[in-house]
Amino acid sequence: MNAKVFGTLSLLFVIGLVVAFVPLPVRFASTGTQRTIRIEAGRYAYTPGEIQVDPGDTVTLELASHDVVHGLYIDGYGLALTADPGQTARLTFVADKTGSFRFRCNVTCGAMHPFMIGRLQVGFNDWLYRSVALAVLAVGGLFMLRRIP
Amino acid sequence: MKRFELTGLPLVKPLLKNRWPQLLLLAGMLAGFLFAILAGLIGTPVGSHNFGIVFTWITWWAILILVAVPFFGRGWCAVCPIPLPGEWLQRGAVLGPIDKKPRWPNLRWPNKLRNIWLQNAAFTLVALFSSVILTSPAVTSIVLAGMLFLAIGLSMVFERRTFCRYLCPVGGFIGLYAQAAPMELRVKDRRVCAACVGKPCYRGSQEGYGCPWDVFPGGLSKNTACGLCLECLRTCPSDNIAINTRPFAADLQTPLARPDEAFKAFIMLGAAMLYSAVLLGPWGALKDAAYRVGSPEWFGYAAVFLAVIFGVLPGLFRLAAGRHFTAFATALIPLGMLFWAAFSLSFVLTNASYIASTLSDPFGWGWNLFGAAGLAWQPLLSGLVAPLQTLALVGGLLWAARTAQRVGVQRGVSSAPVILFCLATTLAMLGLLL
Repeated sequence: MNAKVFGTLSLLFVIGLVVAFVPLPVRFASTGTQRTIRIEAGRYAYTPGEIQVDPGDTVTLELASHDVVHGLYIDGYGLALTADPGQTARLTFVADKTGSFRFRCNVTCGAMHPFMIGRLQVGFNDWLYRSVALAVLAVGGLFMLRRIP
Repeated sequence: MKRFELTGLPLVKPLLKNRWPQLLLLAGMLAGFLFAILAGLIGTPVGSHNFGIVFTWITWWAILILVAVPFFGRGWCAVCPIPLPGEWLQRGAVLGPIDKKPRWPNLRWPNKLRNIWLQNAAFTLVALFSSVILTSPAVTSIVLAGMLFLAIGLSMVFERRTFCRYLCPVGGFIGLYAQAAPMELRVKDRRVCAACVGKPCYRGSQEGYGCPWDVFPGGLSKNTACGLCLECLRTCPSDNIAINTRPFAADLQTPLARPDEAFKAFIMLGAAMLYSAVLLGPWGALKDAAYRVGSPEWFGYAAVFLAVIFGVLPGLFRLAAGRHFTAFATALIPLGMLFWAAFSLSFVLTNASYIASTLSDPFGWGWNLFGAAGLAWQPLLSGLVAPLQTLALVGGLLWAARTAQRVGVQRGVSSAPVILFCLATTLAMLGLLL
């Protein structure tokens, strides 16, 4: 490996680390808004399947089930609630972690239960954008390396 | 490229040549396989509490896609129990070769079918019904039993492991991705094979059977068709067979040349993307359509599924690769393999906690054999899933791009459009998973 290739690889590696791990300089101002979101659960799906809140919001989820007992567990937050058919269950929390989190049924509800999944997005899904940047950097880096004689 | 001969280590070769360890392992696998079929048929219909579903689609799948295929290539085929009963019947023996003429026709598989198109069709068929197969214990059992009986039936009519080589829906993609694995079975010196009289590795001898995979080891240059059954290690009179470690992707130095293998790469790539959308996405209507087999929505889902894997992806790739379509499809091998790893990480880690509870209560009948039946569901390492998925997807992209560059240099054409195709599919996958 010649010095130029080694230098370029090292530079790309450092840029990769920066892209992946350095905190963003922009801080999202916490609005502290109170939000109540009603989620209907039935036949392996949540409606709405995707919900978006701002960081710092106080979120109340109202889970209502149409058919059998359904649960809702939020990855990353580790919070859960369970709704019996015809009844509404409530959970209030502060959305203090940013990013995209899956929420999923945590009460066995039928065949497609393991795939009853929704998505909660709190603010900016920075990991997705970091990952996209890493993918572009990887490809760009390869093209750069090919140009080195 | 540096290789290290594992069979050169003390005790390794005697252990591998001896039939007993392999037989005991295979017998254990067969018992587990039959138990999974039984659990699916008589156990609870709730998939997440049934051994058949949990051990097939969580435990086995995780081991296969995250460990066995990437690191051991066809290592799973070496211990797969599906061909075993048929092979015992075909040979008329459980252990060593016997001096008896086979009682079965032992026909050659037709030349026109000596490719993986049937495996492509079999995988696609399973994929179209996967939402039901993955979640319904009885249907999983029917599929597993169907594979077992098909393997037995084919062994009664055709020679060697016809099912494994030409029909197994899993074997097709294992063979494709095995080319990237850092392990291989090869001959030490091809000249020894060329001079060998009788070719016992292919035809069999008192020491062992002729290659069940219908491969002449002296001609092996890729992992695709070698099932690591170890028969050639036993039959070679010149001690010329070695199992080596090697750098990852050694076989990918030689680009794909067969359209059936190229299309397998598209089927796998497309299926990983579609599964990520259907099974892990937040779109309930999609899940419903995939699950309601036979409904108009399911036919729509099936049409889209087929259009994506046989039309959209190959069509876009054709625009990128031009007449080097098949050769450049080599790049989709690492890309697809790591797409599957990224997809599998999510549902395997989320559902792994069912393994302990299902072991304690395999039929879902309220047993508590090991005291773990009451363990609550809990996703594992959920904070690590997204970084690991990024690592897999970006790593796969990098690997695919390097492979494409190599093909481009060999063919004297630019690989940039193919790399952009790989980038675009990776970005789509990132969007679906993160």
